[in-house]
Amino acid sequence: MEKTKIVEIRNVNKLYDENHVVKDLSLDVYAGEFLTLLGSSGCGKTTTLRMIAGFEQPTDGLILVEGENVADKEPYERNVNTVFQSYALFPHMTVFDNIAYGLKMKRVKKKEIHDRVMEMLELVQLGGFEKRYPSQLSGGQKQRVAIARALINNPKVLLLDEPLGALDLKLRKQMQLELKRLQKKLNITFIYVTHDQEEALSMSDRIAVMHGGVLEQVAVPLEIYESPASKFVATFIGETNLFEGRVVKIEGNSVSVMVESGMVTALGEGFSEGELVSISVRPERMNYSVTPVEGFTIEAKVREQVYVGSVIKAIVELGNGNEVKLERLAGQALPMDGTVYLYWGENDAKLLRTPDNEFFQAVENIQMC
Amino acid sequence: MVRTQKRKLKKGLGVGYCALIYLFLFLPIAVIITNSFNATTSKPYMTWKGFTFDWYIKLFDNSALLDSFGNTILIAVCSTVLATCIGTLAAVGMYRYRFRGKGVIDALLYIPVVIPEIVLGIALLTLFAKTSIPRGILSLVLAHTTFSIPFVVFNIRARLTGYDNSVEEASMDLGAGKVETFFRITVPILAPAIGGGALLAFTLSIDDVIISYFTNGQTKTFPLKVMESIKSGVSPDVNALSTLILAGTTLLVILTQSNLFKRRK
Repeated sequence: MEKTKIVEIRNVNKLYDENHVVKDLSLDVYAGEFLTLLGSSGCGKTTTLRMIAGFEQPTDGLILVEGENVADKEPYERNVNTVFQSYALFPHMTVFDNIAYGLKMKRVKKKEIHDRVMEMLELVQLGGFEKRYPSQLSGGQKQRVAIARALINNPKVLLLDEPLGALDLKLRKQMQLELKRLQKKLNITFIYVTHDQEEALSMSDRIAVMHGGVLEQVAVPLEIYESPASKFVATFIGETNLFEGRVVKIEGNSVSVMVESGMVTALGEGFSEGELVSISVRPERMNYSVTPVEGFTIEAKVREQVYVGSVIKAIVELGNGNEVKLERLAGQALPMDGTVYLYWGENDAKLLRTPDNEFFQAVENIQMC
Repeated sequence: MVRTQKRKLKKGLGVGYCALIYLFLFLPIAVIITNSFNATTSKPYMTWKGFTFDWYIKLFDNSALLDSFGNTILIAVCSTVLATCIGTLAAVGMYRYRFRGKGVIDALLYIPVVIPEIVLGIALLTLFAKTSIPRGILSLVLAHTTFSIPFVVFNIRARLTGYDNSVEEASMDLGAGKVETFFRITVPILAPAIGGGALLAFTLSIDDVIISYFTNGQTKTFPLKVMESIKSGVSPDVNALSTLILAGTTLLVILTQSNLFKRRK
């Protein structure tokens, strides 16, 4: 399948006074994909979305929609539509008038407006609600109206700013599926902002993880989970065990790392001896043995095991008091007494470079003291 | 048993208290209405001499009084329209934009409200004299607009605190320009507050005495005319006109209230 770029963000920076909220962001969005901007609050994801919509101007950098620079275009001149977090329905208009608003602005004929609004109401399963006012709708219904109102203009790109944030869990799950269905059916590009990693993993074609205004990684959900590109991505998405240490030996692509509680081995390329690294191991990938394993010298004691339906969650304690999480299928409980030796398979751990500015500085500070 | 009696007593006291409040509020008004039908012809027109419509008939012969009332309505309408337009734009602008000295501008808005009217009256008179704006309808309209604007702004600003800016963004996102968004989204959403502000401005203008007294020149407004006439006791045709105004405003209130209820449904 040929992928066409529909939105291109090139080296965009955004500053509010001294506040650098988006830092040198470059990102391509392809036609028809469901891309999620994921990150905790204040990471710049909403600002990025608002710059695409035209409510904010980048301090520098370029944004192209369909290959065209949109810097000089007002929001009403851009072929993108937004679903707002607060819905932003017009309280003084009926559901019908809310949805019809975009078409009215385009001076579409009355008959056609009527037909298209009715069609849109059916699409979002709100047939028969056209005469209601927003104040007479539930949260989920308001959300559907907001989506219908944005979709009726047939935008090339639909921007969604945490659209499900205000809904309760059950409704949220249901709306997630519905949004995904709508997106596939209409084949419109969705750029979706959320802080909910589960939502991002289950809905997206690709996820762009942002942290402190920096784009940390863009990849398909599986890759984001299985091979996070940074420490932040590893810890933000799913549960993980992080070990920090120094590379002591490299044989081929097998890297031996000395961490505080012992020696471990992981696969990695381009590392050098003496380098400070982090190793991320997911709880379900963490393994143990009652006898020492070659390449690993981490000893631990099992402290706690909890059955959670089909899995057991175990917490083991290392010599230095740190905790490590393990997950096992039910029926494969760990021995509660004696020492266990932690290890993992070659592909189960992800070796991550520690950003210089964090770790090196921390170590240097310690050495200075 | 004792408890129910106590409760009844309390309830009785409450009702009595409320009745007193309403009596104090409405008794003077009742006196005016009654007196407007009073057939007495001797000053101070207070003793009841039988029922008559004479004063109403006389009222429509009293061209000076009717003229003053016409002036009052004209000034009220003009100053209300001006104050509402200026006040609405000011409130929205001050809410939306951040600019240097915003705090000062905000605070200055309270000045016309808190300074004694007599000071404002003198100040305006001096201003009109210095700028040689003719004292009359024009100066009255300008004066009334001046003191009405803050009230319009306050009313709208109160509504704006709960206002979600994103509806305007949504409107622009859907293809409406800035002006279109203002008239299709902002104004309708603020309509109750704008209407409230306008009503307030209208009321303030209609019964203003002090500032009008300084800025009227030869033009007489209804309150000024009444002030003049009570030197010789409130004449019953003034009562008659007051009763008519009362009837008019009551009707207006009933209409707006019923309209509000209809919309809220």
